[in-house]
Amino acid sequence: MTTTDLPTPDLRTGTESVPRFVPGEGDQPQTGKDFSSDQEVRWCPGCGDYAVLKAVQSFLPDLGLRRENIVFISGIGCSSRFPYYLDTYGMHSIHGRAPSIATGLATAREDLSVWVVTGDGDALSIGGNHLIHALRRNVNMTILLFNNRIYGLTKGQYSPTSEAGKVTKSTPMGSVDHPFNPVSLALGAEATFVARTIDSDRKHLTAVLSAAAAHRGTSLVEIYQNCPIFNDGAFDAIKDRDTKQDAIIPLVHGEQIRFGATLEDGRGSRGLVRDLETGGVKIVAVTDVDDAALLVHDAHQADPSTAFAISRLTEMGYLNQTPIGIFRQVARPTYDDQSRAQITSAQHVALGEGTDQTSRLTGLINGGDTWTVV
Amino acid sequence: MGQVSKQVKQLDRVVIRFAGDSGDGMQLTGDRFTQESAVFGNDLVTLPNFPAEIRAPQGTLPGVSSFQVHFADHDILTAGDAPDVLVAMNPAALKANLGDLPAGATIIVDTHDFTKRNLDKAGYASNPLDALGDANDPLGAFAVHTVDLTGMTVEAVKEHGLSRKDASRAKNMFALGLLSWMYGRPTESTIEFLSRRFAKVPDIRDANITAFRTGWNFGETTETFVVQYEIKPATMPAGTYRNITGNLALSYGLVAGGVRSGLPVLLGSYPITPASDILHELSKHKAFGVTTLQAEDEIAGIGMAIGASFGGALGVTTTSGPGVALKSEAIGLAVMTELPLVVVDVQRGGPSTGLPTKTEQADLLQAMFGRNGEAPVPIVAPQSPGDCFSAAVEAVRIAVTYRTPVMLLSDGYLANGSEPWRIPDVDDLPLIDPAFATEPNHVVEPEKIADDGSVTPAVQDFWPYLRDEETLARPWAVPGTPGLEHRIGGLEKGEGHGNISYDPANHDLMVRTRQAKIDRIADSLPPLEVDDPSGPPGEGRAKVLVIGWGSTYGPIGAGCRRVRKAGYAVAQVHLRHLNPFPKDLGDILRRYDKVLVPEMNLGQLSLLLRGRYLVDAIGYNHVRGLPLKAAELAEAIGNLVGEAEGITVDLSGNLSGGSTPVTSIDQEV
Repeated sequence: MTTTDLPTPDLRTGTESVPRFVPGEGDQPQTGKDFSSDQEVRWCPGCGDYAVLKAVQSFLPDLGLRRENIVFISGIGCSSRFPYYLDTYGMHSIHGRAPSIATGLATAREDLSVWVVTGDGDALSIGGNHLIHALRRNVNMTILLFNNRIYGLTKGQYSPTSEAGKVTKSTPMGSVDHPFNPVSLALGAEATFVARTIDSDRKHLTAVLSAAAAHRGTSLVEIYQNCPIFNDGAFDAIKDRDTKQDAIIPLVHGEQIRFGATLEDGRGSRGLVRDLETGGVKIVAVTDVDDAALLVHDAHQADPSTAFAISRLTEMGYLNQTPIGIFRQVARPTYDDQSRAQITSAQHVALGEGTDQTSRLTGLINGGDTWTVV
Repeated sequence: MGQVSKQVKQLDRVVIRFAGDSGDGMQLTGDRFTQESAVFGNDLVTLPNFPAEIRAPQGTLPGVSSFQVHFADHDILTAGDAPDVLVAMNPAALKANLGDLPAGATIIVDTHDFTKRNLDKAGYASNPLDALGDANDPLGAFAVHTVDLTGMTVEAVKEHGLSRKDASRAKNMFALGLLSWMYGRPTESTIEFLSRRFAKVPDIRDANITAFRTGWNFGETTETFVVQYEIKPATMPAGTYRNITGNLALSYGLVAGGVRSGLPVLLGSYPITPASDILHELSKHKAFGVTTLQAEDEIAGIGMAIGASFGGALGVTTTSGPGVALKSEAIGLAVMTELPLVVVDVQRGGPSTGLPTKTEQADLLQAMFGRNGEAPVPIVAPQSPGDCFSAAVEAVRIAVTYRTPVMLLSDGYLANGSEPWRIPDVDDLPLIDPAFATEPNHVVEPEKIADDGSVTPAVQDFWPYLRDEETLARPWAVPGTPGLEHRIGGLEKGEGHGNISYDPANHDLMVRTRQAKIDRIADSLPPLEVDDPSGPPGEGRAKVLVIGWGSTYGPIGAGCRRVRKAGYAVAQVHLRHLNPFPKDLGDILRRYDKVLVPEMNLGQLSLLLRGRYLVDAIGYNHVRGLPLKAAELAEAIGNLVGEAEGITVDLSGNLSGGSTPVTSIDQEV
């Protein structure tokens, strides 16, 4: 079989080809309000989706993009109502298919900032195939995966991220399904940007979203989001003042991964070291090891093995422990840039021949062996 | 060897079938013979027939691949019911095709592969060629020519130093050369083709050209073949022609739809037989701004197309029946969001995986109804390989003008079959106006003029479901257009403003409006053309109307011609638009006593016609994976004509009631 060397497109930021909003040049300054639609928000009281919506509405103006060039595409589920509440272009599509619709849109339109809003059922069950293929293609879009570890809109069945043994309406004797770890899945699917954040931590959420939007390629952001009706308290351990410092393992590029009760140096008493036995990483008391042995987070590492190892520290049962932050952020040419480059190069060659579309179409259909009847 | 004097015999038409093992290159041989005939100026229709397996076990019956070409000095409509000439490259090819041959047919057999092993594989207890001329000759009804095609090929290409295996692979070109001589085909285009195709492997190129020329010379010098045939060019309407397959014409039609609408085409597709060629072809046309995405599955393919359409491109997805089943929910989304989309279904034998390489037209009801809810989708069906071009342009016109998914129903026969196609003038193709929305379309607060004369400008916003009065199409506002930001989706929309609505009356209104929009398409359709030489519909002698759709056009037309040639009257109408039906269809149906509906399914159009027009449509149905046969159809039409007119119909040329025999019907139609 033949392969060909693809030209390397310039690696730009995720929003570089999107028209920008220029205050003072006829554009009024934008605020979160400009991004709120006139539709009444209809999630349950206390739903984590409200917090994410607020954060996104207030963060979008900071991107500095023209509002009409931002598009939110969602699938089906509670979180997928998201686009209705944003005054941008949007499509509330069908179950699981949002990444494929966004792929077509992002490939057809370089000048758009494309966002996908999905949930654990939408992205990981019915839409699992589209998710992994979007990630490997690295289409320029940002996927917000709201993970509440339950099916909300269909009223409380277990989801592909629910812990084994979970008792729900469809699993009265406990679920026997083994859950996905979305971050591990994304890393395995060749994703170039993988992050995890929490609905209630607005600062962290906003910082992660900014980095995700700036990334050229598919960014996957898993957002832990509480469902107060069907899975309330699923994230209490990482939200509770008393437990969260032991439950959250924060990942900051270039810094030692430290968490737990604070030591005199102001940093956590626990850290990560490589586990030579398993090839993974393990948690240690920082006082038990050399400082040099403590793992420094490197999100830009081309090899995803360490990121994967870190992702495995996520509790798969009740969430008593989880890393949050940007696991992986590496540059790789995007599918849509390369696809457009092939079109541009073919069009360039055609333009060099100096004919318009109509003449070229005439040439095309008259190709092959022709004969004339008079 | 001295020059043998050859007799030249005139024929008006011939049907040749090339048959061999899947690896013998029969499709290529048939295709080259077709190109030569096309360039020569004959009218022609082809029927490739091959197994779904890429390389079925060599020498076996399931591994037989064939290519039938019907060419004539007059306008023809089908690939021919039965071959006049069979070229059989091995025992399996002979056995698999023998049943299709009429008595008196010519068989040219490559004797080389008639070994014990191959005879066993084909299920022959003894070599049928051994009994030639005997009293019990199993091939006694045919004119059999035994030729060691392979042996002669290997001998002829010796000089090029190929391995025996490679050398013997040129045998198809030897056969092509022989048949080209026999029917006086021009050879230049094949030599050019071989030079191009094997430019990088000179020894193979030269061996193929040598084999081809040797085959020709063999025909000219051997005493085995004493007759050369001449089939004069057909008289065809003036114009420039080329031979074209349905899939190629359909691909060109989509490119043309993009050019004439000014929209970049984006195809999302997952490979599936027999539609994949469209994906391959469109991927070559990036210079026309055509983007092709090979998706992870059928659903993603249509999802990508819908996404592109939302972004202002022309979204297209191509597939076959099983793929349409998978895409159903997404087609419903396009119905609900009212976005332009072309869904190409190259139908194949079903249900389930069915007969992947064989033809059928059993997806009509799937195209019509295969979605949840009331989800009307326009349906366009081409009637011949070349017609796939204009049918595709028509699908694009409807999709863009009416903001709707359109189903384009081709089939395996059209896809791979070919015919001479009169190349249209691009300027004659319809111009398609996407008419993107650029401005707000709805007044929230009208302009106010205060007492002091100061003017407060009107406040306007954009309503994505405010419709065009004539077409009922909604505005197409693409992202990037300031001030028109809006959200669409699969949930029911409120009329006009397009926000989610659960209002019962609104839902009823929207369901009816979506249907009314599709019905409005009928306003843009030309009147049906009724082919009734006996007079205008209902006023002539014809009491029987034959109505069909899609690729049955050829066999139905040929069947009607046979009936007419025998002196009887019958009318034919063929539907390009299956949804909505043309406005005059009901009236035409009522003007005939009997309505016959031939289809390669169990009566799907019949069901629609009966439901819609309360007409007693009579089905003529075969689902054999092959086109309908003109002779059988003529029989069925004749019987119905007899019933309608209270006469006994004899298609052999004698009118009942003792009238003068009319012309013979041996001029195939």
